[in-house]
Amino acid sequence: MDNLISAQFSFFISLLFLAIGAAGSLVFMKNDKLANWWGNGLAILASMSGLFAATKALFFAEEFTYAVNATLPNLSFVFNFDKLAAFFVLVISFVALLASVYGLGYVKHFYKKYNLGTLGFFYNIFLAGMLLVVSAHNAFFFLIVWEIMSLASYFLVIFENKEKENIKTGSLYFVMTHVGTAFIILAFLLLYQSTGSFDFGIIKENIGNVSLLTKNLIFVCALIGFGAKAGIIPFHIWLPSAHPAAPTHVSALMSGVMIKTGIYMLMRIFIDMMPATELWWGVLILVIGMLSSLLGVLYALTESDIKKLLAYSSIENIGIILLGLGSALVFLALNMKALATLGLIAALFHTLNHATFKALLFMGAGSVISKTHTRNMEEYGGLIKYMPQTAFFFLIGSMAISALPPFNGFFSEWMTFQALFSGIQAAGHFVGWIFILAVGALAFTGGLAAACFVKAFGVSFLARPRSEEVKQSKESELSLIIGIGVLALATLILGVFSGSVAKILTGVVSNLQNFQSAEKIFSTGASLFKLQSGFAVVSLSMIFAALLVVLGAIYFAVFILTKNRKVKVGATWDCGTNLGPRMEITATGFSRSIITIFRGILKPSKQTDVEYRDADMRYFPKNNMIKLEIKDVYGAYFYQPAQKLVVKISTWVKAIQNGNLNAYVAYIFFTLVILLLILVI
Amino acid sequence: MILVPVLAPLFLGIVRKIKAHFQKRKGASIFRPYRDLWKLFHKDEVISEYASWIFHFAPYLIFAVTVIVGASIPLFSTYFANNLLSDFLVIVYLIALSTFFLALSGLDVGSAFGGFGSSREMTLAALTEGGFIFSLLALSFLAHSTNLFSISASVASLSLLDFTPVILAFVAFVIVMLSETAHFPFDNPATHLELTMVHEAMILEYSGKRLALIEWAAASKFLIFLSLGANLFFPWGLTMRLGLGTIVLALGIFLLKVLVLTIFVAVLESSIAKFRFFRLPDLLFIAFILSAMAIGLIL
Repeated sequence: MDNLISAQFSFFISLLFLAIGAAGSLVFMKNDKLANWWGNGLAILASMSGLFAATKALFFAEEFTYAVNATLPNLSFVFNFDKLAAFFVLVISFVALLASVYGLGYVKHFYKKYNLGTLGFFYNIFLAGMLLVVSAHNAFFFLIVWEIMSLASYFLVIFENKEKENIKTGSLYFVMTHVGTAFIILAFLLLYQSTGSFDFGIIKENIGNVSLLTKNLIFVCALIGFGAKAGIIPFHIWLPSAHPAAPTHVSALMSGVMIKTGIYMLMRIFIDMMPATELWWGVLILVIGMLSSLLGVLYALTESDIKKLLAYSSIENIGIILLGLGSALVFLALNMKALATLGLIAALFHTLNHATFKALLFMGAGSVISKTHTRNMEEYGGLIKYMPQTAFFFLIGSMAISALPPFNGFFSEWMTFQALFSGIQAAGHFVGWIFILAVGALAFTGGLAAACFVKAFGVSFLARPRSEEVKQSKESELSLIIGIGVLALATLILGVFSGSVAKILTGVVSNLQNFQSAEKIFSTGASLFKLQSGFAVVSLSMIFAALLVVLGAIYFAVFILTKNRKVKVGATWDCGTNLGPRMEITATGFSRSIITIFRGILKPSKQTDVEYRDADMRYFPKNNMIKLEIKDVYGAYFYQPAQKLVVKISTWVKAIQNGNLNAYVAYIFFTLVILLLILVI
Repeated sequence: MILVPVLAPLFLGIVRKIKAHFQKRKGASIFRPYRDLWKLFHKDEVISEYASWIFHFAPYLIFAVTVIVGASIPLFSTYFANNLLSDFLVIVYLIALSTFFLALSGLDVGSAFGGFGSSREMTLAALTEGGFIFSLLALSFLAHSTNLFSISASVASLSLLDFTPVILAFVAFVIVMLSETAHFPFDNPATHLELTMVHEAMILEYSGKRLALIEWAAASKFLIFLSLGANLFFPWGLTMRLGLGTIVLALGIFLLKVLVLTIFVAVLESSIAKFRFFRLPDLLFIAFILSAMAIGLIL
């Protein structure tokens, strides 16, 4: 088997499957069921072969490059499948596999309502776009596939086009993603100007020719461009509205993997192609990481729309990844490669972890939404009795994302902590304080994330139902359960065997040219991870085993001690009144105290309206209305001024374009004269 | 290994006794909490009809976590240096695990009290975590290790002149301890008055053996924090060797140190009032900043 199918072959087979899947879905679009099976079925096959290719590259060192020369100048279809690319292909294929399994059952409620053929088409194109983005090795080629990915995801966002809100959301996404692309193009053109090539490999060899100023410019452009895709604050505004709008399995892919392509390119450029030489690059990324993680989780807490909550929490996790990446860049600039390895592995590990548990949570939320027909958590409650398996898996996801041991989220946050701790010790005074702040941000983020997911799980699944819809709901069908269940198992396995995973990631990092000479400062066992300085050691399998053993012992002891005691079932203490669903705490109420504490940042507003039965007397209110809102700070202070500026400039420009043909001819004439003059001089 | 759960109710009893003394009461015996636990284990249980398996399972997990944490921190000897679980981040996040389930079980029965208790608890826990990690981080920079036993050992070998950052971190740690163990000025462990309670509100629906487990876990958590405070910041008297004489001596010193801290908490609790809820974050941020200063001094 090993030699029969090469990584290269199976990667292209995967792309082929996606192409067939896309085309077939269009052919079968008249038949909902067939289109569904074809679209998702081929996506499953494609993901499997993608997984196979990535595994071979990662474990058997079967990296490859492959080029198809096109006739156009500067454009050539170069694929580079090194271990970094293979790692991202692995993440994409893994999540795509389970999302497609989930999708098989999930899209059934679109039957007769929406066109499943187009869904299958764009879904497969979207997957292919992501796979190509992480393997493209030529800037032109990259931009084409980047655009394919962005456009396909745009069409998926507006797929449920009967809801007007989605169209608006889609437009915002469309604009933001193209503003980002503009900056990316600028970055690549700057690289081309100095190195004379669009090929990533050649750019990397000639990176010495790039002047410092240009490098700084490229850094800023690439950071804005790819950062906008990754959802860093303040370029995140599209993310919390676009991700929830898409069908759930697509949301899972967008939040779990698509935003990671931005992270991938940041790594590819700043670590591989143009290794960080300037200290402030890493520092800036650390600061962005802090802002994104803290603000992301705070905004997540304010949400009562479950999908929006999850989308904001993606921003938080991107922030955590950036903390790892930023520390790696700082270490790289300070020429401490061994420590940079640690930071980079932390970032990669969190990328993998976030992909698993965010996909899990999105798909869990999707199952709930498809039964209750609302995204508003205030109308859930008590779902654990109606959907026990979904609830159990959602709980595991919540624990993993809150970084609770023994799940995987804990390990990557632990590693990020260690990278930052080393930064405090190794970096100089000023940068050291940035690292201290970063540790603080990460610590508070962890705590707030736990609060956020106690809210998300507790308010949705526990206590009593708050609406009739909940009482009608029942457990989702098998394919949905499988999709979620496998991901839940993965969060546990990735946690318990985190040592082995870290070892694989070490292979990924040392495969990069800049890290080949890096000495190792940590050792990994099957289940434990140890810094060689003796600073820290952790073993999640030990924690897991200890929890299991102690839990078992306590359960047994208590059972023996109290086996003669009865357990009665009674009502919750109701203070003598009837317990209505409105007496439980709501999602808004749960996070209200945190919002009040952080009112300086979140700027909550409260608007009360009372309508009286008799407007003159004002004694008997007819109805009360309270509207709680969080101010859109970015819109008010950043995007609206920017928009006004654009409009203003446009009005100036309009003065030139007066529609008079003679004037235009005059412009051409004057331009010609000026150009000729320049030529003469 | 099970020293913490065994001794924990005793220190709860001592705190109560001292508080009673301040209130001009005679107070129950210091062994009363043991009898309470025994009594609760022998009572029938009433469980809400709305409760799910989370409510049933949480007490076991919460208690298991305190047992594990209690076994992984330095108590009177550095001999049992358990390398794999004694990382301070592991301890912090294991405690977060128990808080997570406690808050869920508060929400689970769907009473108004439980929900608000959980909301307040998670608010406090989220804000406490920064100070908690930072106060221990300051020490781990002194020790060049995040292992609690190594921290203990290297703080012990510190000269008195270098003790300023340790004191700063200790003040921060005390604030964190009061918040995490539901003591004044954060929470009133003796009340069931709805406006003030946090911890008690969450466990209102528990009875019988599960209440016993939760109460026992809370007492153990208190002792865990006391011993962390005593052994990380004032780590003298920990024995390295195994021998009957040294163990008895070390155990004696340990109990003495913890007793001093217990008296301090009891006196504090009798002499100040509970803070308004929205003033508590200020206190927690002070803890955070004090430890950040400590780290600044060390580097």
